[in-house]
Amino acid sequence: MSEKKVKRREFIFTATYAVGAVGVGATIWPLIDQMNPDASVKALASTEVDISNVEKGQSITVLWRGKPVFIRRRTEEEIAKAKDVNLDELKHPEKDEDRAKDPEWLVMLGVCTHLGCVPLGDKGEYGGWFCPCHGSHYDTSGRIRKGPAPTNMEVPKYEFVNSNTIKIG
Amino acid sequence: MSSHEYTPSSKFGKWFNDRLPLLTLGKHLTDYPTPKNLNYWWTFGGILTFCLITQIVTGLILAMHYVAHADLAFGSVEHIMRNVNYGWLIRYVHANGASMFFLAVYIHIFRSLYYGSYKSPREIIWILGMIIYILMMAAAFMGYVLPWGQMSFWGATVITNLFSAIPLVGESIVTWLWGGYSVDNPTLTRFFSLHYLIPFLILGLVVLHIWALHVPGNNNPIGIDLKKPSKDTVPFHPYIVIKDLFALLIFLIVFAFFVFYSPNILGHADNYIEANPMVTPAHIVPEWYLLPFYAILRSVPDKLLGVIAMFGALFILVILPWLDTSKTRSAIFRPLYKQFYWFLVADVLILGYVGAMPAEGIYLLVARVATAYYFAHFLIILPILSRKEKVLDVPLSITEPVLGGAVSASAVRQKKDKL
Repeated sequence: MSEKKVKRREFIFTATYAVGAVGVGATIWPLIDQMNPDASVKALASTEVDISNVEKGQSITVLWRGKPVFIRRRTEEEIAKAKDVNLDELKHPEKDEDRAKDPEWLVMLGVCTHLGCVPLGDKGEYGGWFCPCHGSHYDTSGRIRKGPAPTNMEVPKYEFVNSNTIKIG
Repeated sequence: MSSHEYTPSSKFGKWFNDRLPLLTLGKHLTDYPTPKNLNYWWTFGGILTFCLITQIVTGLILAMHYVAHADLAFGSVEHIMRNVNYGWLIRYVHANGASMFFLAVYIHIFRSLYYGSYKSPREIIWILGMIIYILMMAAAFMGYVLPWGQMSFWGATVITNLFSAIPLVGESIVTWLWGGYSVDNPTLTRFFSLHYLIPFLILGLVVLHIWALHVPGNNNPIGIDLKKPSKDTVPFHPYIVIKDLFALLIFLIVFAFFVFYSPNILGHADNYIEANPMVTPAHIVPEWYLLPFYAILRSVPDKLLGVIAMFGALFILVILPWLDTSKTRSAIFRPLYKQFYWFLVADVLILGYVGAMPAEGIYLLVARVATAYYFAHFLIILPILSRKEKVLDVPLSITEPVLGGAVSASAVRQKKDKL
């Protein structure tokens, strides 16, 4: 067999494998993607919460996308404590102003960033939250201060619809 | 193995066997030459087969009554317990059967570690066994989620969140696993589907595990290669069959004790509270058989490294045949290895204990030391022992020390001193 013929055959083989691989990939993708959030799950993207009954120093927990959201009306003392922190001390440095649009209201996902447990309020060494699962301590701004969690508790997208209502999502 | 020359006695048997040699296979299994010195630690292969079949049969029945839906699952389990005829029995056998399965598999694995059954030429048997073990953990974890109690829900949340530690794609993977933004109905239904699948994967791997075993044949307590068949072997049937059955009977007494006298002692009371995504139980603990790995996860203060350490603790077992390269298999002839073996057993038990305790103070410290020792055992101690350890003389056959009057290892050593 001449050298030219061998090259031609190899090219045909490679081209066949390439087309085959693309075809297999395209066939498998629907089988994998079906596990991603479906349309009905995505449809529950936002929720409105009435906050008119929440007094200073109280917090409420609401369910959003199957996860608890903490809405806390902070006291002056807590706000002062959250602002009065040297950012260099933080594992995940974030200013309190960037986490709470209105300093009185702290809205965040009540999910520990370690492995997803719900931290307990008014607990822990920093007067904020404490996760009972693996011992992460959060401060009054929901920032991680001690323990295995890598980041601060997440602040979801939210807005004040009016002075009594928050829309999350 | 000369069984391929086997000819069935009946005419129909011969006709059938020529077309599908099932009778040849049966003959191979009954005649299979087995070392005559196998002790009771070797009966757990049979016990594990029994456990797998029990889980499949009881699971099949539970699936007839269980409803895989976040709103109905918890109630349907109570329905099984209260309304279905003998439902309580079948569910308790299935739930405690998982624990019994792990009890047996841990004994089976530690037997391999003691007698060096993972060594050449049995590496593939060992690796298949480790894959089975990992699949067992996946099946047990998903099965525990199905009753949709508080421990189910939060166990599922914590374990699936392990994948969020993966850089860049972690969060997308977790969302994909959940089929949503938290553990919810889509998670439950897919776990049910996979929980149903995995036992059959395990069954297939068990066939390969036994097939791979039948190529070199069983290891044995003195860990030597045997001529097969010979004076050192007995046919599998009836000798090993009857021994396995007797051991199974004893095992069933323990099994029945749990099922009938303390069916919930290995579970958690929190799992009789329906799943609530708003409240995490004060103290999340996995089932006892996962505790050592849970302790390793918690002992590392960094999320990603903790997850790597936990999976690493499993993976390190897979490559064990290449970490311990000592030619001598059995710990009987390895005086140093024998001691370190028991240190490892103690270390794993300690890890299991601290895994059940809160991750703070002295428990955390102990967990860290025990985790470090676990890895040191495989990565430092075993490779050094493989090179430096002075092993004792290994007998040439099973009968030799008996006929020569030297039964124990010390006797072999004395004989060596005399020479």
